[in-house]
Amino acid sequence: MATRKLGFMVSTLPYKIEGSRLAMTHAIASQSVGIYLEDGDMVEPVVCFIGDGVFNCIKNQQSMKHYGITSLAQHIKNSLLLDLTVLICKEDVDKFGLNEDALIMDAEDMGGKTKAKIVPFSEIRRVMESVDHLLFN
Amino acid sequence: MGKLTIGCFSSLVGSLSLDFAVKLSEAAIQKGHSVDLWVSGNATMLSKKGQKAFKDYSALAKKVEGLMSAGNLHVTACESCAEARGYHEDDTMEGVKRAGGDWYLASSFSADRFLHIGGD
Repeated sequence: MATRKLGFMVSTLPYKIEGSRLAMTHAIASQSVGIYLEDGDMVEPVVCFIGDGVFNCIKNQQSMKHYGITSLAQHIKNSLLLDLTVLICKEDVDKFGLNEDALIMDAEDMGGKTKAKIVPFSEIRRVMESVDHLLFN
Repeated sequence: MGKLTIGCFSSLVGSLSLDFAVKLSEAAIQKGHSVDLWVSGNATMLSKKGQKAFKDYSALAKKVEGLMSAGNLHVTACESCAEARGYHEDDTMEGVKRAGGDWYLASSFSADRFLHIGGD
């Protein structure tokens, strides 16, 4: 029985490229990875939004209206609903003049209990140092 | 010998990241290691059959087919990424598997080294 921790670092803008969407869909895929592993083995993703990546977390995204596609906000809510750890870099949130009220911090409307956290970069760096594999997106 | 898992999101044409991923795979295989190569997003096009080689673009099909047939390169393409691009099962290069992202995470579980090339 073992657990491998995967750190998904999302630093790309939403919608401009597919990177952040793929990061989140791959992190969510951790929920079904058991079909490929031995009993008891698992992978545990941590999703961190840094740099331009914090824009993925903005509330009220209208991608369905404008592009006809699901929003990155919805993917974050799905991640929280699955109890994935979601961290957002405080320095970058501050840098772009954002705050907690502007960001997706929970999935309470879907019945989720896990909340996203705005944390200093030093905490994200600790995540980077603690995971088995890092995935920059 | 070890196992290297490489994941790439970058396109076959328009970026040289896949070129790098395949060259790295080849170098690892030459040293006796095995490589799992996961292609997702635009990178799925690496695994489409019928690619024509032009000197203006990366042409990796022959190299990938050669490494796969030698046995130590295992290429898996993201199925939904492929289908979204109109690239169906029948279009898949011989020897390439198609799966969901969970296959990639499972491969990372047993990898001795892991390299993820995100972005575009």
